[in-house]
Amino acid sequence: MEALLANVVWADIAQALLDTLIMLGGSLAFSVILGLPLGVILFLTAPRQLLANRAANAALSFTVNVLRSVPFVILLIVMIPLTVLLVGTSLGVAGAIPPLVVGAAPFYARLVETALREVDRGVIEAAQAMGATPRQIVFGALLPEAMPGILAGATVTAIALVSYTAMAGVVGAGGLGDLAIRFGYQRFQTDVMVVTVLMLLALVQGLQWAGDRLVIKVSRR
Amino acid sequence: MISFQAVGKTFPRAPSPALKDVSLEVRPGEVFGVIGQSGAGKSTLIRLINGLERPSVGRVVTDDDDVGALDAAALRALRRRVGMIFQHFNLLSSKTVAANVAYPLKVAGMPSSAIGPRVAELLDLVGLADQAAKYPAQLSGGQKQRVGIARALANGPKILLCDEATSALDPQTTEQILDLLAQLNRELGLTIVLITHEMEVIRRVCHRVAVLDAGSVVESGEVAEVFLHPTHQVTRRLVADAAGLAAAKIEGGPPTLRLTFRGQATFEPILGRIARDTGVDYSILAGRIDRIRDEPYGQLLVSLVGGDVAAARARLTAAGVRLEEA
Ligand SMILES: Nc1ncnc2c1ncn2[C@@H]1O[C@H](COP(=O)(O)OP(=O)(O)OP(=O)(O)O)[C@@H](O)[C@H]1O
Ligand SMILES: [Mg+2]
Repeated sequence: MEALLANVVWADIAQALLDTLIMLGGSLAFSVILGLPLGVILFLTAPRQLLANRAANAALSFTVNVLRSVPFVILLIVMIPLTVLLVGTSLGVAGAIPPLVVGAAPFYARLVETALREVDRGVIEAAQAMGATPRQIVFGALLPEAMPGILAGATVTAIALVSYTAMAGVVGAGGLGDLAIRFGYQRFQTDVMVVTVLMLLALVQGLQWAGDRLVIKVSRR
Repeated sequence: MISFQAVGKTFPRAPSPALKDVSLEVRPGEVFGVIGQSGAGKSTLIRLINGLERPSVGRVVTDDDDVGALDAAALRALRRRVGMIFQHFNLLSSKTVAANVAYPLKVAGMPSSAIGPRVAELLDLVGLADQAAKYPAQLSGGQKQRVGIARALANGPKILLCDEATSALDPQTTEQILDLLAQLNRELGLTIVLITHEMEVIRRVCHRVAVLDAGSVVESGEVAEVFLHPTHQVTRRLVADAAGLAAAKIEGGPPTLRLTFRGQATFEPILGRIARDTGVDYSILAGRIDRIRDEPYGQLLVSLVGGDVAAARARLTAAGVRLEEA
């Protein structure tokens, strides 16, 4: 055992795990807080929807596409001035969260938009026929009906963020992925690589399992 | 209660108008049916009543409001006075039966303490008191439509719009839902507009009917009149499906007459007595005895031979039987 995991420093691994979890939790929370309303607005302003608005929809859609087409590593770097403005530093765990959010929120917004499109048009029409306002339709009908898709989208986003966090090592954010790259890959410490990758795998498995459970819990179809 | 004044509706990019010069009047407290084939414009017509569509020309007046002229807030206020049910029920699958019925009450701003009792009252009315905690996916089609009805009635509307409300149901369930609608019409004085492609539905519950074909009203009037004596070919086809009287004509046989008995005459031995007195022989080629709403009627396709046919015809007419050459 000792020889097998000679290079593994468990304290470092624990620290890396903690860093990953903080980055993941923080960036997922902000991605949902920003992505959910963005997805709702994308849906509502689309042609033939409740608040159809061609110009607003085109502008938002274009912005989302721009952000989604920039490779994450480049986003990390070009965002440095904005990151400093937002969190006071461009380094470490805190410095990684703004670019993670800017990378993931538009992605999540698209997943939310797709989930909302799946909602039966008849249900929206029934709510309109009752005299519901757009706000009442969104909160009383659309979001509850789309909840399974919205939660499944959050799961996909969380897992995508796990792999983004690995790249956040570029700004010295640490985390499991960073450990795997720096020690496991660059210094040929295969045992460190295996341990960190296994932990990442466990994390992804756990997220998927928890997400699936949540989706089942809210599905009533 | 509802009035269409020379209403036309053309959808953008559609080659022909969905509705053309439609004028009709729905009276308070009646069940008004609109029948037509697929694509005739029935859904478009009913959706104009609560402003889900706006007329391209003409005026739609619902409960004293000119629907086309209302702003968003006034339109929402009108919609709370007009309930609507749908072919595919359109329930919130994520909410329980009780929460589905509570939704329009919340929308209308009812205080939450009053919502519980009102929901219980509504579920009782539609016979679903024991299903409150279920989700729509756990209900049968008929039960789902009952939830739809309870939801549509939540805010005590004066008008109920039914867009093919029984088209997804089997015949027995259809009958139960139609009975419920008739009961609501009687007991609550609810004005009901019902659209369908089935004459049977019209026959069971409607007082008056308009027949829609390719966006135009081609025939309208009392249901018994339209059903028993259709004049337009579209109506005839729709009625033939329901009455089954068309099939029995014999080519080249003796002339056939269609006799229509209504009300009490349906049950009296008029034809036999008159045939005996006038020495006429009759053969019945087809026939049906049934009810239009609560009124019994009989319709027979007969041929009369021998004896004094002219006298027989005169006496039948005098007895209140309507005669038509078939
Ligand atoms: N939103 C729309 N945009 C364009 N055309 C439409 C729209 N809604 C309906 N139409 C057209 O208007 C015509 C009438 O449609 P409508 O839905 O009122 O018919 P319907 O009698 O209800 O038919 P069905 O029995 O099939 O429901 C059809 O030709 C249809 O294609
Ligand atoms: Mg229709």
